[in-house]
Amino acid sequence: MKQKLRLCLQLLLTFMKIGVVTFGGGYAMIPIIENETSKKKKWIDPDDLVDVIALSESTPGPISICAATFIGYKVAGLLGAFCATLGVVLPSFIIIYLISLFLRQFEELKIVRYAFLGIRAGVLALLIKAVVSMFKKSPHNIVAYCIMAASLAAVAFFSCNVIIVLLSAAVIGLCATLIMKKRGREL
Amino acid sequence: MSIYLLLFLEFFKMGALTFGGGYAMIPFIEETVMAHGWLSNQELVDFIAVAESTPGAFAVNIATYVGSEVGGLFGSLCATVGLVLPPFLLILIIAKCYEKFKESLIVRGVMLGLKSTVVGLIGATVLKVGYDVLFPAGFAVDSFFGTELLSANFWFIIAVFAVMLFLLLYKKLNPILVIVLSAGAGIVAGYTGLISV
Repeated sequence: MKQKLRLCLQLLLTFMKIGVVTFGGGYAMIPIIENETSKKKKWIDPDDLVDVIALSESTPGPISICAATFIGYKVAGLLGAFCATLGVVLPSFIIIYLISLFLRQFEELKIVRYAFLGIRAGVLALLIKAVVSMFKKSPHNIVAYCIMAASLAAVAFFSCNVIIVLLSAAVIGLCATLIMKKRGREL
Repeated sequence: MSIYLLLFLEFFKMGALTFGGGYAMIPFIEETVMAHGWLSNQELVDFIAVAESTPGAFAVNIATYVGSEVGGLFGSLCATVGLVLPPFLLILIIAKCYEKFKESLIVRGVMLGLKSTVVGLIGATVLKVGYDVLFPAGFAVDSFFGTELLSANFWFIIAVFAVMLFLLLYKKLNPILVIVLSAGAGIVAGYTGLISV
């Protein structure tokens, strides 16, 4: 029991460290998670870690949360999952909460307003980069391309609800995959 | 409905339905914060920059910030717990039957749809954000050809955007550096009188 609690405390601290040092979240976190949990602590086999990442991609929610929950659970059960997840969330929660207290006053300053005019252009570039990398990681076949184009048009030009678009895409993807399977082909 | 319950439920929904993390969440966030009037378009774009330059998962940062803006410390707690809960519970369930999950044709099919739609959804966000950034006062043919086409702000934004996109795509520049450089460009252009706010 005592040993388990110590393990949980270690999970909490390790994932807090991961939460502090990773900027930009998501994929930027993977090498750090690997270093801390697999190389240093031997909590998880490097091969299993690849599975964890694939799993995080096919479940909803931020990758870091999924990875923390999964690794925490494997190492020390439910309490471990809780500690690891709490650890990875806590640093950003504290930092962002503090920022939220003064961001608005800060934005009134002239120098900050100049800065944000430039930053908005930079954010636009970041968003396009996100589209490009998501596109590279997504499936490349005719069904996928049609879903991409249809969802873009639905949201940008017809103001469709995002949830409805997501659910329809999931149903279409599922039907297409099952139909192809029946015909003995892969998508 | 109390604002805390509303924050919890809205972010729970996002936590349950956003695949691919981070940027995949933005179309969702935009729809939600607009529908409730929680943040303006401009504030959201500004916050994307803040979230990108602070540690931690992007989605958690946004949940905490929107929660705090709308409902203080308890609000940010409700939003963040709401966001984290769905993946937390789901992973706990899946961790037990992981092998079956991995092989499942159903999971593969659903993922085909979701991974593709996310590309389209973020594309739609790019169009919306781009419109807001380029035409902060809205687009009208008269004013566009009359004043905006000649305004320094407009061309400044185009120039910074083009340079940053090039650095990101071809030089693999770190996103934080992109924000720092864009901010620097804005400050320099502001104090040399090139742009006005």
